Order: sequence, then structure tokens, then C-alpha cells
Amino acid sequence: MTGTMSAPKAESRTRTPLLEARNVSKYFGAVVALEDVSLAVSAGEVVCLLGDNGAGKSTLIKILSGVFEPDGGTLAVDGKTVRFGSPRDALDAGVATVYQDLAVMPLMSVSRNFFLGNEPTTGWGPFKQFDAVTAAARSKEEMHRIGIDIRDTDQAVGTLSGGERQTLAIARAEHFGARVLILDEPTSALGVKESAIVLRHVIAARNRGLGVIFITHNIQHALPIGDTFTILSRSRHGGTFRRAELDANQLHRLMGGGEEFAELERELAALMETPLATEEAPTPPTDVTPTGS
Amino acid sequence: MATMPASAPEKSAPARLRRVPLFQRLLARPAAGAAIIVVFVWLVFAGISVASGSFVFLGLKGTLSYLDVAAQVGIVGTSVALLMIAGEFDLSIGSLVGFAGIVIGILVVEFGLPIWLSIIIAMVATTCLGVINGVIVVRTGLPSFIVTLATLFIIRGMTQAITAEITNITYIPLGRDRVEADPIAWIFNWSGGPTGDLKVSIFWWILVAVVGAYILGRTRFGNWIAGVGGSASAARNLGVPVARVKITLFALTAFSASILATIQSMTFFSADVLRGRGIELDAITTAVIGGSILAGGYGSVVGAAIGALALGMARIGIVFASINADWYFASIGTLLLVSVVLNNWIRRRFAGIR
Repeated sequence: MTGTMSAPKAESRTRTPLLEARNVSKYFGAVVALEDVSLAVSAGEVVCLLGDNGAGKSTLIKILSGVFEPDGGTLAVDGKTVRFGSPRDALDAGVATVYQDLAVMPLMSVSRNFFLGNEPTTGWGPFKQFDAVTAAARSKEEMHRIGIDIRDTDQAVGTLSGGERQTLAIARAEHFGARVLILDEPTSALGVKESAIVLRHVIAARNRGLGVIFITHNIQHALPIGDTFTILSRSRHGGTFRRAELDANQLHRLMGGGEEFAELERELAALMETPLATEEAPTPPTDVTPTGS
Repeated sequence: MATMPASAPEKSAPARLRRVPLFQRLLARPAAGAAIIVVFVWLVFAGISVASGSFVFLGLKGTLSYLDVAAQVGIVGTSVALLMIAGEFDLSIGSLVGFAGIVIGILVVEFGLPIWLSIIIAMVATTCLGVINGVIVVRTGLPSFIVTLATLFIIRGMTQAITAEITNITYIPLGRDRVEADPIAWIFNWSGGPTGDLKVSIFWWILVAVVGAYILGRTRFGNWIAGVGGSASAARNLGVPVARVKITLFALTAFSASILATIQSMTFFSADVLRGRGIELDAITTAVIGGSILAGGYGSVVGAAIGALALGMARIGIVFASINADWYFASIGTLLLVSVVLNNWIRRRFAGIR
């Protein structure tokens, strides 16, 4: 695994993608959640998956991370077709997903969070123990590496900021052998500074040779870090573009919200022109008699 | 650090992290609130004891009495706390206590099986019911509160109905001679000490609490318990076998109910369908006093043991203080409310959890 990770970045463009979805479809009864969508991520590449709410981003992520199996199409890891029956299968193939609000347990300590599901142990047989000393030391080291200094890894993750929690989850996935990181809206609930922490870490992970699928509907966050952009629009593939081929306006248009956004801009501008309600012409809402209750 | 030269100081930590004094770090433990509560309860009854000139509560006999009561709740309280930390409930334990006792009674009296074999069968059967509880909760995704409320009625009702069908009564005497002749019954009904009040239940309680605390604090499984309670889907995404963890804990809870049932039936030389009534609420109370939160993901086995101690003290203390025992429930309710508020405050203030 270390071999692929240390490979020079320039090569990665032409090499076999680490993870690939080939023409996948997913239906829930009569609802078409995803129809004939393809996406590929190579080592050392950030693929931004963009789309409005309900465009099928979540469904695609869940397929890539083993939560759902596609009804049509296939997945491939290193060019070989695979089947993910569970999130565990995806993890074993080196595909780790970090969900926006489900990444960490706020009430558990930093070290216990870090090693949840991958706990180091000492001892033997029935006396096999959770190795708290190793867990504390290694998680402290990892946290330091990602730029979060904590004195005590026993402190609850709930004491960290939102950006730090996301970063912890990303570092954890990488620590346990992820080659592909799927980040589900990691910045959508964060402020500007907090988002910066996460974005910086995403680029660092890419530069270490990981493939990153970055899901967002925030174009400001996607543009500076994406190598390629895949657009989903109404459950269908809206195209894949290289970084150089695009600017923010085109992205907006492609996300299916372009016309609506321009329309909204005009409407808001018109509203701004409307004069303020003055004291001479008040519109007292108290005169309206409540009809209910 | 000690070997480093003085010229290389430790890299300064961010300003918002400060070194906290020992007492604050102790208060950050989930069991801190329970420890304060139990000291308070003891002081109250010790005060009443001294004021009334009767020192029974403070003496060996009084202490062993409340330890026995605490032990009975504590034996099931440990697994209930673990279950609560995993984000689940079991309201059916009380009915499982009745069920396990009746299985022993029927097997011994109606089928003539030896007591030791009946105990083993009862424990296995009760644990299976726990597995069924767990499987229903995991498969249906329904809240365990509802599922185990239903199984509480089903198990209690079926135990009563079947017992009545077979024996015509709801109480099965085992026969003192038969119990005393059994090779393993002493494990469940031994008592000793200078006054004969040192009950074996106390040792069971300590054993169960130590094993529970070890599982939660020192094993991988323990980490999974807290993780599953913190967020089942996040734990699943990290590869934790969520369903297995929950089912195992329901099985453990049922198993602990069967231990309590065996202790009771060997001590009273009888089985009774109504045994264990209300113990599910006692056990949940001890877990909550002990710092476990209902939503899961946080809690303490040691805290639950301390909570059981507070419950035992209150129940026996009221009797020794010659206060009408009806006040017991009112005092437990107050204690529960005070400790939840205290635990919440401590968690915010000292563990710094936002």
C-alpha cells in the first residue's frame, strides 16, 4: 500500500483509478435515486462531487462506501470489479467515508474515538485488553501531526471544535489504511475558520497520495481544492470537468441551479430597491386577527 | 520530560487548554455525582441515627443489611448500565427474574430435576429470552423501551399463566432440605459473618460490578459499547458490529437477572412469579444516579454500583430510622432528580463537553 501512496503525483492522472463507479444506478421503488452515473478517483487527486440537494449525492456515496449495493452498474478498486456488501468491505478495500455529523462521538475521549473499531490490544485470550496506553500515545501523536495539540487524550471529543472533529475523523481514516477518502459535506456546518482547517487537511491528504472524493454544494469550498469536478443533477450525471475548464459561474449553471440562481439574484436585487417601510406608512401586523386557535 | 535539558521547554499548548487540578479531574469522571450523592445519603441517615440514639444504621448489622439490598439491585444494575451506555433499555428484567425463579421451581418440583441442573437450565433459558429481546430490537429498529415493555408483559403474564396451569398456585416451595442438600446452592445462599448478616449476594455484586467495569473500561468490547451508544450509525461505519454488541448486552442483562433470581430462590427456598417486580426501575435509577445518560454513549459501571449503594442505604436507613417506609419512593424520586441535575452540571462544568 505504501508503494502506491508514495508514487509521484504526475503519474496518477494516467494510472488506473483507485476507486471507480461505472454506470451505477439505484432505485427505491418507483423513485430513481441514481441513473447511470460514473465517477473515478485516482491517487493524489481531489474529485469534487457537486449537486443540489436531492441530486443523488448521498446515494452515490452510500454506494461507494458499501451502505447500499447498486441496482445497476459496478464498482471497481484498482481497476478490478468489486462488490461491497457492507461498510466493512469498503473499509477493507481502503475506502473510508467521513460523514458530516456522524464522524465522532462527542462524549467519548479523543483516544477512544480515534481507535473505535480498531482498538489496539495487549494480553492474550480472555485477558486481552484494550491497550489504553498505546491508544493514548498514538492518538496524541496523530493529533499533533494534524495540528491539534491536546494535553490529555482522555478529554472528550465534545471539547474540540467542529473543524477539529472533522479533521480527527479524516486523520483516523487515513491512519487505518484508507487510500480513498470520501468526505460527505465536511464543511457545510462549519464557519470560515473551521472550514479552512478542514480544507487544508484535505489538500495535505491529497498531497500524501490519497484519493479524495469531496462532496459539497459550496462552490467556494470546492473550487480551490478540486482537481476534477463531477456534477450530479436530478439523479443523473451532469458531466465531469477538469479544474482548468471551469469557473464558479459555469459550476453554478452546471449544478442545475444556474438559471434559478440568476433569477434569484435578479429578484433579490429588485427587493433591495424597494423603499423601506416608513413611519408614515406602517403595516401593523397586530391588526390581523388570528384565525386559528 | 525529565531527561530533557532545561533549555528545551515543552512546546506550549494552546491557551484554552489549562492544567486542571486533581479534584477537578476526579469530578470529570462520570461516577463523581453518584459519589457525592452516596456520601450525602449516608450522612443524612448517620445523622438521624446519632440524633435518635439508635446506632443500628452505623453498626455492622445495619451496614450489611443495606449492602445486601444494594447488592440485589446492583447485580442487575451493572448490566442495565452497560445497556444504557449502548443506548438501549431493558424493562423486562423484573419479569425475567420471576421467570428464572419459576423455571427452577417447576423443574425441581414438577420434573424432579436436581437443583443445580435446574439452575443451569434456568440461566440458559433466561439468557435466550434476553437474546430474543435483543434480536427484536435490532431487527425491527423499534425503541427498546417499547419492545421490552411488551416483553415485560408477555414474560410476566406467561410465567403466571403457565405456573397457574401446572401448579394451581403462583408460589412454588422448593423444600429447605432439598436446597441444603444441593452441591451448588450455597454459592447463591451462603451467609456468615459475626452476625450472620454477611450475604453472598454482596460478593456476587462485587464480582459482577468488577467484571462490568473491566469490560467497559478495559476491553475492545467496552469501547464498542460506548461507541454504539454514542452513534450507532457512526460506529457501524467504523466497522463495529453494532447488532452483535446490542444483542450481547441484552443477553448479559437477562443473565444477570437469572443470577439474582437464583440467589433469591435459594435464599427463600422458593420461587414466586411476582419476584423481581419493580427491579427494572430500580436498576435504571441506579444507572442514572451513576452518571449514565439515557441517550447512551456515556456512563459508568462504578457509578451504577455507587447508585445501588445509595438506593440500599435509603431503603434500609428509612426502616432503621423508624420513618414510615412509604416515604422510601418519595426519597428515591428526589434523589434521582437531584443526581441527574448534579450529573448534568458536573458534565458541563468539569468534563467541558459542549
